[in-house]
Amino acid sequence: MAAADQVYLRDAPAKLLPAPVASTGVLGWMRSNLFSSPANIALTVICVAAFVWIVPPLLRFFIFDAVWSGADREACLASEQHPEPGACWAFVRVWSSYFVYGFYPMSERWRVDLFFVLLALGIAWLAWLGAPRRDLGAIYFFIVLPILSYILLSGVPMIGLPDVPTSLWGGILVTIVVATVGIVASLPLGILLALGRRSAMPAVRLASITFIEFVRGVPLITVLFMASVMLPLFVPDRFAPDKLVRALIGVALFASAYMAEVVRGGLLSIPRGQYEAAQALGLPYWRMMILVILPQALRVTLPNIVNTFIGLFKDTTLVFIVGIFDFLRTIEAARGDPHWATPVTSLTGYAFAAVFYFVCCYGMSRYARNVEARLARAHRR
Amino acid sequence: MSKMLQFPVRSKQQWTNIALQAALVVVVGGLIYAAAVNASNNLAKAGIASGFRFWDNTAGFDISQTLIAYSSSTSTFGRAFWVGLLNTLLVASLGIVLATALGFTIGIARLSRNWLVSHLAGGYVELVRNVPLLLQILFWYNAVLKSLPDLRGSIAIPGGTFLNNRGLFLPQPLFDPNFRYVVAALLLGIVATLALRVWGRRRQERTGQPPRTLYYAFGLIVLLPLVVFFAAGAPLSFSFPEMARFNIRGGTEILPEFAALLVALTIYTAAFIAEVVRAGILAVAPGQTEAAQAIGLRSGATLRLVVVPQAMRVIVPPLTSQYLNLTKNSSLAVAIGYPDLVQVFAGSVLNITGQAVEVIAITMAVYLFLSLVTSLLMNLYGRRVAIAER
Repeated sequence: MAAADQVYLRDAPAKLLPAPVASTGVLGWMRSNLFSSPANIALTVICVAAFVWIVPPLLRFFIFDAVWSGADREACLASEQHPEPGACWAFVRVWSSYFVYGFYPMSERWRVDLFFVLLALGIAWLAWLGAPRRDLGAIYFFIVLPILSYILLSGVPMIGLPDVPTSLWGGILVTIVVATVGIVASLPLGILLALGRRSAMPAVRLASITFIEFVRGVPLITVLFMASVMLPLFVPDRFAPDKLVRALIGVALFASAYMAEVVRGGLLSIPRGQYEAAQALGLPYWRMMILVILPQALRVTLPNIVNTFIGLFKDTTLVFIVGIFDFLRTIEAARGDPHWATPVTSLTGYAFAAVFYFVCCYGMSRYARNVEARLARAHRR
Repeated sequence: MSKMLQFPVRSKQQWTNIALQAALVVVVGGLIYAAAVNASNNLAKAGIASGFRFWDNTAGFDISQTLIAYSSSTSTFGRAFWVGLLNTLLVASLGIVLATALGFTIGIARLSRNWLVSHLAGGYVELVRNVPLLLQILFWYNAVLKSLPDLRGSIAIPGGTFLNNRGLFLPQPLFDPNFRYVVAALLLGIVATLALRVWGRRRQERTGQPPRTLYYAFGLIVLLPLVVFFAAGAPLSFSFPEMARFNIRGGTEILPEFAALLVALTIYTAAFIAEVVRAGILAVAPGQTEAAQAIGLRSGATLRLVVVPQAMRVIVPPLTSQYLNLTKNSSLAVAIGYPDLVQVFAGSVLNITGQAVEVIAITMAVYLFLSLVTSLLMNLYGRRVAIAER
């Protein structure tokens, strides 16, 4: 019989075979990400070796062998039951209130705490993009908060808050104050400078460009030196500003030049049609800017603003050099304390400071990245 | 028709603009004038001289690291300025070279297909970028270099080198007059290699034969000076550091301040350069790599001939600003006492003379000048790579 007209027809799909073990799951992942070629294998081995070499000693030093409590250096020195003492966290614990408040009087420290709470409220209001009435939040952050904080921190004897001279302020309080004044002053100033740089008026443009390029061309240290040494020369004796105020002016001017460039980037990203549409509606310059252009420009450039702020936050450490007791300076002062003189005190102090700055800056940069992703999604739609 | 519209009639808006600008000029001018009057009053009251005459006065203070001859008893403030400036340039230029090398390595490592490598590089970048530079400088100086053993416990490194908390003591090379022949041979070798390369390129364009300059380059740059070195009778000797009772004699020294500043600047800036490099490489369209592979280029050649030239166009402008940042950040030297421009000039000289206005103006002018020169050079480079675009 004709075998040719026999037809085999499959009426069910073949059973799927599982993928080869070596290409799925943990094994597959490792094969494609860690051991895909001889060079890759070598790299992986080197990395693992480096990891094993570095991480366990670090963990041992900072956690397992660390000294967590104690009254003075004895606790952190090598002894019989503790032949190789690790980080001296006891030192940080004993000094912690100094790290936060500096020499701020003990009985008035609730004012600093209240300031931190008010500030946190303002930041949350502005940073949470879905918060209600963010316009009120901006007014609160840029106008109400600075006035309240000044009254609270510096004191008004009339309403029962005794004066606290800035020479007593210190630690994280000063770091936060410098950073906050920097952002509160630099954003409006930066917007003005950015608008000035794109202005049609040559004198305004020239003044803005000169200021921005001058400040961006010199190191912050020299600006701070200028503020702390030259500012008292430029004003009559009786107006000579306080040391902290001088540093604040320096930081604010410096930050506003950088902020101006960031805002300018945002302005450049707004299509011309927006300007033309606003002008066609008959809006005068400032209403056009405030109602149409700036809301869009600032929204687009929010991640960059936050990144500038991270830079500013790190740069606040430089006020140390002109003799202000910021957080880093209190660490420097405390690690020189003879009661705590041990081989590990400096390292512990620096590690604590690094953790503080890292947590703050990393948090801000994660926030900036989230906003960026969100903007990108909105843009795609 | 259009002629009629161009009558020099100014609208109300334009008059407002002119008034505004005039007001700005008056206010800024007035502020500067008031500041100048106050400054001269205050300076006169404090009995501080003004002008640049202090430049030629004897400095009278010591500087721990001097690249040019300097002595506290005879040298002038002007000389101190140059010493400080050279120290700034030294640490900045070394820092730029090292940070570029480290930054490119880490930037490429971040894009590695090896999960561990890319995540380790990412961790490095995040960790370093989010901790203030000043803290890092203090860490390297106070917690690492100052906690090295003291003079007595100096660590002896084979080759006549000592390491302790006062610095790294190295053998100092002493050059005989005949050494200039070796230098001349080296320069000749470099020039000849460059000429050979140009010739090789031309020949490749004409005939398609790839140049094989590597062996010739090795011979010209390494072997030729070596031969001349021995022919000239090995005109080089070393002065080795020797342990004395209270110090180390002879040799040359690398200050811990210098080392701490250099290490911190390198590590910090490298993290930013890594991000710049990564962004630059990612900016090259993946189709470019695929096309290069499709015409049979190997991965090394793909990177060298296709990806990097295009990435450089994106990388160069932000890289420039990182170099400038590094140079400006080197002024943090003042925190650990490395004698850079700011520490020597805006620190010591300002404190001795009290002439804040002049000293700070000069210091700022130097940084502004460095910024301008660097961005000028980089613009030239940027224009050169931009022309390649077709």
